[in-house]
Amino acid sequence: MEILPDRQKQVRQTGTTPGQDSAAPIACDKHSAAGSVSQRACVFCGSRVVLYPIADALHLVHGPIGCAAYTWDIRGALSSGPQLHRNSFSTDLREMDVIYGGEKKLYHALVELIDAHKPEAAFVYSTCIVGVIGDDVAAVCKKVTAEKGIPVLPVASEGFKGTKKDGYRAACEAVYRLVGTGSTEGVGPHSINILGDFNLAGETWIIRDYYKRMGIDVVACITGDARIADIRRAHGAKLNLVQCSGSMTALGKKMEADYGIPQKRVSYFGIEDMAAALYEAARFFPDDPTILERAEDLVREEVAAITPQLREYRRRLEGRKAAIYVGGAFKAFSLVRALKLLGMQTAVVGSQTGGPEDYVKLQEICDPGTIVVDDSNPLELAQFCLEADVDLFIGGVKERPIAYKLGIAFCDHNHERKEPLAGFVGMLNFAREVCNSVNSPVWQFAPRKRRKAVPSQSQEIAA
Amino acid sequence: MKTLPLQGPGLDNDDLDEPQFHHAASTRNACKLCTPLGACLAFRGIEGCIPFLHGSQGCSTYIRRYLISHFREPIDIAASNFSEESAIFGGKSNFEAGVANVVKGYKPQMIGVATTCLSETIGEDMKRLFHEYLGKHWEEGHPEMVHVSTPSYTGTHIDGFHAAVRAVAQALAVGGERTRRVNLFPGMVSAADLRHLKEIVRDFGLAYTLLPDYSESMDGPSWAEYQKLPEGGTPLDAIRALGSSQVSITFGRTLAGKPGAADDLEKKFSIPHRPLGLPIGIRESDAFFALLETLGGRTTPRAHAQERGRLVDAMIDGHKYIAGKKAVLYGEEDLVIGLASFLCEIGVEPVVVASGGRSGALISSLRAAVPELPAACQILSGVDFTDIADAATAAKPDFLLGNSKGYSLARKLQIPLVRVGFPIHDRVGAQRILHLGYRGAQQLFDAVVNTLMEHKQENSHVGYSYL
Repeated sequence: MEILPDRQKQVRQTGTTPGQDSAAPIACDKHSAAGSVSQRACVFCGSRVVLYPIADALHLVHGPIGCAAYTWDIRGALSSGPQLHRNSFSTDLREMDVIYGGEKKLYHALVELIDAHKPEAAFVYSTCIVGVIGDDVAAVCKKVTAEKGIPVLPVASEGFKGTKKDGYRAACEAVYRLVGTGSTEGVGPHSINILGDFNLAGETWIIRDYYKRMGIDVVACITGDARIADIRRAHGAKLNLVQCSGSMTALGKKMEADYGIPQKRVSYFGIEDMAAALYEAARFFPDDPTILERAEDLVREEVAAITPQLREYRRRLEGRKAAIYVGGAFKAFSLVRALKLLGMQTAVVGSQTGGPEDYVKLQEICDPGTIVVDDSNPLELAQFCLEADVDLFIGGVKERPIAYKLGIAFCDHNHERKEPLAGFVGMLNFAREVCNSVNSPVWQFAPRKRRKAVPSQSQEIAA
Repeated sequence: MKTLPLQGPGLDNDDLDEPQFHHAASTRNACKLCTPLGACLAFRGIEGCIPFLHGSQGCSTYIRRYLISHFREPIDIAASNFSEESAIFGGKSNFEAGVANVVKGYKPQMIGVATTCLSETIGEDMKRLFHEYLGKHWEEGHPEMVHVSTPSYTGTHIDGFHAAVRAVAQALAVGGERTRRVNLFPGMVSAADLRHLKEIVRDFGLAYTLLPDYSESMDGPSWAEYQKLPEGGTPLDAIRALGSSQVSITFGRTLAGKPGAADDLEKKFSIPHRPLGLPIGIRESDAFFALLETLGGRTTPRAHAQERGRLVDAMIDGHKYIAGKKAVLYGEEDLVIGLASFLCEIGVEPVVVASGGRSGALISSLRAAVPELPAACQILSGVDFTDIADAATAAKPDFLLGNSKGYSLARKLQIPLVRVGFPIHDRVGAQRILHLGYRGAQQLFDAVVNTLMEHKQENSHVGYSYL
């Protein structure tokens, strides 16, 4: 297998040598090797994706136009009210700003945009060159905060200052400045915050509804369909449920340290993990045993509703092989399990930002022979897919053409998605999407499949 | 929106020869992208070339996903992946490690290096970096390396595109015995446009160098095996031969007066330069075909003459459905000039012509290309989508003509959007949209007429099925 020498320690095949897996963990948490065509983005991207769904805030990107242009209306993060977050605002720095500094322009931009849109808060994202030309972004933010009477929060997201994970941290720091600034009056004893769900295709609404049905109040969703006012009072909740381990753990930790709010890691993907996330919250409130009862009823009901259709999908997917390459490793755990439920085997799994313990866990839950990879790239992924001869690839926009070019089915599990994949109903959507793609008749014409003389998929469907 | 009196740097530094219509300090929903994107696309139109961004990792990833969403094809863009250390001490070690990894991993024929705002701001000396790298690593068969300066704080993606083409021609073109070959610099057009241009020039019996040519590399067939760098693109030998051709043709009226690849070739190798407008619509296409008749020493081949004939026939058949309709069009400056010219030919009135670009030549070029353009038409350069929305709302158009980014405006105004140009992120087939030549005009005409017919039909209480 052709892997750059710089990257060899970031790739592993499970179970090839007994005892090897735990002995030498996969190298990760590293700056991407130069020239490796990493699928990762940058610090700015990390901050931008996390804060993006806050719908009543102004999001101003301070820098030349690219960073703002590429993130305009990019996420499938829905809002039940304001749509301000779907715009792209930039200071659009020019050569003279680079020479003389962009503070004045930033100030004017903030003032005019706040006057025009009346947001509840503003986030100012620093891009690469802001970190180099030395603009005092914090000072400008402070000045505008005083003049306009809303929080104007700097986000230290200069692209080169670390990896996407550092961007998550910068976003958490900015959000954390809001937490604790609102009244917690009326927050009930059985209350939680949902951290790390971004309401892609309305997923937060699905999750929120489950907790509501169990009798649990959701104080703030950070940041799915978030409102500044909710974030301000988030410290009133009794428990933080943290999904998307990478992005929001930092916020959970801060709230634990300062407000004594414990955090639990959960995932809303797949039946098992979704149910576990509900039970986790229910067990946290033992004073009211009816919460757990309602959770059990809910799970029973929801699972019963989707089981017949899931069985049908499983029948049509059983024995197929999949590759997974996603941003955070925690999502990968859920996907491995969800695929198992559909009778599918994970042959390749990797993430952009997984940590050491994530990879140990991935190696544990995958079948022997699975390729586990950190911070991969197109050449590796194509190679892994071909060698493992997978039928399905689960990934994001940048992985999609790799799969399609090679005649491999694809499931979009990215932040652009328009179909909810979380919750019980999400599991059904996931199964449908996977089944539709894997069993499409188009693959019979794909050159790679033809060369291998695989029996026609359309015949199989007809059978 | 309230306008602010602003004298701050950055608003008046582009040396414009025309009034500014953008009065805000901020850019709100930009009608442009950054320069490195254009450079990356141009580089991918060269055979065996991998684009390489000297700067942060994010630039490469954002540009990849943006281009992927339009072309629905893989595009690998390498990056030197700056760290904090590189930003302080310079990116030399990252550059060298990055290039070495790319050579090892991709075995390219060429590496197209574009410098991002970060490396430009810290003042990387690329000549020196190249020199030092090649001093250590050059050997027979080492890929060509070409640098283009594309700080995103100047210009737009179109400027990055043309700058990359120019840099490649400068670096590789060599002189030689004059041939009948035609150099064609098409600008940033669709994959279908590039294919059609090649067909046209070939049909005139002319050899050509089309630079760049991503008609296959960004719109290729399904693969039997993984291709590290998708097939297609202008061969390096064809680029080297630029210096011995009989003529250079550049599309893009706003490019006049700014030095480009063809101007360099004229200066260095005395190759005559024949600048033309983007051949959109009948008149601009006629100019292109007329030039090819001269160069090829023959009349327009019958197949193309027939296409022109059918186009005129179709325009007559359909003209009443669109008579007097008003359009707002936006996009790159040279694209909107071509589109405005075409719309005026078919009896549609452009009421707003807008671009995020600010070459300073939009008004004069547009007026020259389309003398019948009504004086009331607002020509806006250097604007964003908020400006366009303000102008469009006042102008009450019947439809929008431009890329996907105008969709929210079309939705707000409850009028249709006819999608052309780049980017198109909410439909399939963006790379197959044909804009150029008689055939392109035919497709644009059908799209405009049918869109307006459909809109009328859907909003009719009667619901005629026979229009």
